[in-house]
Amino acid sequence: MAVMSYIEAVTLAMREEMQRDSQVFVLGEDVGVRGGVFRATDGLYSEFGEDRVLDTPLTESAIAGVAIGAAAYGKRPIAEMQFADFIMPAINQIISEAAKIRYRSNNKWSCPMVVRAPYGGGIHGALYHSQSVEKIFTGVPGLKIVTPSTPYDVKGLLKSAIRDDDPVLFFEHKRCYRLIKGEVPADDYTIPIGKADVKREGTDVTVITYGMMVHFALQAAEQLEKDGISVHVLDLRTLVPLDKEAILEAVAKTGKVLVVHEDNLTGGFGGEVSAIIAEEAFFELDAPVRRLAGPDVPAMPYSPTLEKEFILNPDKIAKAIRELAEF
Amino acid sequence: MIQWVTPEGKLTKQGLKHWSKFSNDEKREWLRWMILARQFDRRAILLQRQGRIGTYAPLEGQEAAQIGSSMALHPEDWVFPSYREHGVALKVGMPISQVFLYWMGRVEGCKPPEGVRLMPPTVPIATQIPQAVGAAWASKLRKETFVSVAYFGDGATSEGDFHEGLNFAGVFKLPVIFFCQNNGYAISVPFNRQSASETIAERAKAYQIPGVLVDGNDVFAVRGVMEEAIARARKGDGPTLIEAVTYRKGSHTTADDATRYRPSDEVKEWIEERDPVERWRACLLHEGLISLEEVESWTHHCDEQVDLGIKEAESSTPALATHLFEYVYHEVSRKLMRQKTECETREIPWLN
Repeated sequence: MAVMSYIEAVTLAMREEMQRDSQVFVLGEDVGVRGGVFRATDGLYSEFGEDRVLDTPLTESAIAGVAIGAAAYGKRPIAEMQFADFIMPAINQIISEAAKIRYRSNNKWSCPMVVRAPYGGGIHGALYHSQSVEKIFTGVPGLKIVTPSTPYDVKGLLKSAIRDDDPVLFFEHKRCYRLIKGEVPADDYTIPIGKADVKREGTDVTVITYGMMVHFALQAAEQLEKDGISVHVLDLRTLVPLDKEAILEAVAKTGKVLVVHEDNLTGGFGGEVSAIIAEEAFFELDAPVRRLAGPDVPAMPYSPTLEKEFILNPDKIAKAIRELAEF
Repeated sequence: MIQWVTPEGKLTKQGLKHWSKFSNDEKREWLRWMILARQFDRRAILLQRQGRIGTYAPLEGQEAAQIGSSMALHPEDWVFPSYREHGVALKVGMPISQVFLYWMGRVEGCKPPEGVRLMPPTVPIATQIPQAVGAAWASKLRKETFVSVAYFGDGATSEGDFHEGLNFAGVFKLPVIFFCQNNGYAISVPFNRQSASETIAERAKAYQIPGVLVDGNDVFAVRGVMEEAIARARKGDGPTLIEAVTYRKGSHTTADDATRYRPSDEVKEWIEERDPVERWRACLLHEGLISLEEVESWTHHCDEQVDLGIKEAESSTPALATHLFEYVYHEVSRKLMRQKTECETREIPWLN
């Protein structure tokens, strides 16, 4: 089985889907000749040509809008937002249009498109190349939201997203791109959207998280194992639809839950996860549900000191787990 | 500004030149469709006043722009309308009953019959413009010759999506027509507050695409310029921006009162001297293509069709409350299934 990086899995999934289905095409800024600023579309331009790997003007709203129109006509567009931070001009298209087309047309029209966007920080990207934007969309019915953490999950979930008949926002943590490597089977497998995955079994504290924070949580779990604290790590993988059953199961394993995300604390997705636990697993709990998240400041700063302060790391997560374990 | 028929119904020099381009039968059809759009519109306002439909956006005054442009479309061309294009909707194949259903708040009103490529009316303003460009891009990728049309008003041209759509289409020379009905007002804001450029058509130059300024109350000229724009698009020569200068005779919607912001002499002039239906009727009478009796009988027939449409719409089975949960995704999620069940059983929704 080949070992590859997270971003190589992104490229591989797109390549295989473009080979499989001629309706699939990619559009975005610098995705063609340049192969993407992160090189996620590397090699696709030479393999599939400029009409299927379309370098667009700097025009996020039209990238989403054109994808919606093409999807209505039966194409399967993959729209790349160069950075999740730059998705803002496209929000009207995504929330007002893509999310509602099936609903308001009574199933006559649909929007089978994928919007890929690199998000998250810790790469010295400064204020406008570091944001987590998932909470803007998680409360919008009609969208599906996928946030994979490993190369294996990337390939299987991106393939599912491209084949899905509804709009999928596919958020790729940019720090995972080259840092995270893993085994990826060569065969044409998919992972169903809406299924969480237990990344580590444990008995003392459950961590529920997604994206880059999965890896930090796993590192924290390693540290704590030496001290006899056994940590259970649930990777949500998909935020919408949410795998509620997996959450309840993970809560029951330990009775103590830490929800972790890099996105801001207030309004972040951890609030939804915590509410579900409070409503449906209250009697399983041995301690209050705790959330560990980015602080409620407008952005991740450029200053290395401040960036470090903003972002979570294995030590911060380990400390929070330890506190819960001792509760 | 291109004008082939004067407000008095006389053919201009250009009009005479193009007169034989269209059959007499088709010219008569334009009037018949304009009458249908007008009779539909007037009845819709009455129905709103009677509480039989919801808030409604009237189109009276814009019949020539809507019918003239949509008459030029092939059944397989794509239409991305705004919320005032009922004339276009009727012409491209939306049954009268369904347009009424839309204004009754029924989703059936957004679902055209099989084969009709009409998207649901767009409300957020200008968002349909990049989407029409997307359908045109798909048409190009599929090596088809169908075009796509975005309908929008003067207000939409101040939105970013107008620029993004035209720029994108200009760069890739896509088969899309940007059809702007400049009716002078975006709710209460007059065009000179919307734009420093005197016309919308002139902005086309910046995108290196043809910009056409046409008298939007002249159905003949609108039909003619639309034909040319579509022919260019089908040949692969790219998009066209058409500005049809017209006037909304009534209010923005039935919830608006246009007398609060429009000068009465301006309104009077457009209603009494520049009406699009009167203009074409006068022209056809003058050219001997119709008789007054025919116009009367058409009007009567259109009223009957509208009556029938209302009957059909009002006799359709009431919406099920659980329809609230239909078609959020292609499959029903477990969460929505639970919420639907709670709605059906009227239980307190404790569980999400």
